[in-house]
Amino acid sequence: MSETYPNDLRYSEDHEWVRRQGDGLCRVGITAFAQDELGEVVFVDLPEVGKVFEAGDEIGTIESVKAVAEIYSPVAGEAVAVNGALEDEPEKVNADVYGDGWLVELRYSSEAELEALMDAEAYEQFVSGR
Amino acid sequence: MSDNDAVRNTPLHDCHLESGARLVEFAGWRMPVQYSGVIDEHRAVRAAAGLFDVSHMGEIRVAGPGAEQALERLTPNNVARLRPGRAHYSALLTERGTYIDDLLVYRLSGDEFLLVVNAANTDRDLEWVLAHAGEGAEVSDVSKDYALLALQGPRAAEILRQITDADLAALQYYRFAESEVHGRRMIVSRTGYTGEDGFELYTAPADAADLWRRLLEVGGSLGLVPAGLGARDTLRLEAAMALYGHELDDSTTPLEAALEWTVKWKKGDFIGRDALLEQRQAGPGRRLTGFEVSGRGIARQGSAVLVDGAVVGAVTSGTWSPTFEKAIGMAYVGTEHAAPQLQIELEVRGRRLPGRTVELPFYRRG
Repeated sequence: MSETYPNDLRYSEDHEWVRRQGDGLCRVGITAFAQDELGEVVFVDLPEVGKVFEAGDEIGTIESVKAVAEIYSPVAGEAVAVNGALEDEPEKVNADVYGDGWLVELRYSSEAELEALMDAEAYEQFVSGR
Repeated sequence: MSDNDAVRNTPLHDCHLESGARLVEFAGWRMPVQYSGVIDEHRAVRAAAGLFDVSHMGEIRVAGPGAEQALERLTPNNVARLRPGRAHYSALLTERGTYIDDLLVYRLSGDEFLLVVNAANTDRDLEWVLAHAGEGAEVSDVSKDYALLALQGPRAAEILRQITDADLAALQYYRFAESEVHGRRMIVSRTGYTGEDGFELYTAPADAADLWRRLLEVGGSLGLVPAGLGARDTLRLEAAMALYGHELDDSTTPLEAALEWTVKWKKGDFIGRDALLEQRQAGPGRRLTGFEVSGRGIARQGSAVLVDGAVVGAVTSGTWSPTFEKAIGMAYVGTEHAAPQLQIELEVRGRRLPGRTVELPFYRRG
């Protein structure tokens, strides 16, 4: 697999990635594919810490010069942290989509739900088949 | 477009692929929307120069002894006073004074004109001009004869000078000349759609790719970059230049669009004049205004504009401004709200963002 879709992440059909952080926590961001489609990110709206989501709920929006995209929670859980740095530096989403460009940290409800997301290979297939 | 109409490539298609363009379909054409990125390209045009492929634009030739009279009747600006070698901004209007299209009129010679129109409207414009040209004016779609490159930015003249002997200093804003550039004859026009100094080069399609590559070659060290439709849109919006389908359509008039300067009341009759005169006497009910958003988010076309909780208008264009680093836009609002520095709200996806009206244009070159 290429670095475009790191092997240690899981991926949703809505183009979010999920990384396990241990202790039942995971981080969520958007994929390189989504970042590339959007172009330069200028606003990121993130949820309040403490909010609880079902998988597929809208948890925020990412706005680029060209377009706006909703961010959907890939798994059910509670927001325990958000990447506040993006308020002043939204371009971090473009610069480091799997690192400093992370969006939300969730305490996820179901290991099985996370496991059911696509792996890197499946996601790459998914986006190349579009 | 219907599904069976093929999407066309411009004569510069291979150049775009070489430059790593992201291509999108626009008005029936496959066009570059960006290369390195909208913000980078935008800033390059403001600071140095950008090269745009705008070959999708339509060109309609009107020629013959009745050409001047035909265009006097078809457009609101003063064609009789337009001298050969000069161009002006104008429109095709309905009898209601609303826009069929906005366009540039070039006077090639005493009885020969070129209308440069929006790609999506070319067929409809042609039909309209044919129907209303009258005697002595031959009208033809010559879009296929021209590729169009726009070289825009404060260093545009310095770059172009390296591949032409034409007297660019004599070529003032909205003038043009047929000149030799990189060994080929073409129309060199000091016009553009970015708010910067610059040129538009109307060249034979077969010569376009060579010209494009040569310009990037000589301009690269001066900061010239290829720029796409994305940057073209953010640049024109900062400069408050109208875009058909946004600020202008068949429900809007030049008076509403702050383009009354293109309407020459004293020149005599033209299509739409009676309706416009009536609107001028009554006062237009709405007017185009600029706004900026102080909340986080971009109010794009269709967003409602509110004052004290009541809808007073709608956004026609909105974007994030790379120059001012905030969200800006234009909107039609009730005339009583078309003054700068009024507090407004913009409705974006069910939320109301605070903003204020501002004077147009946002950007004026120094």
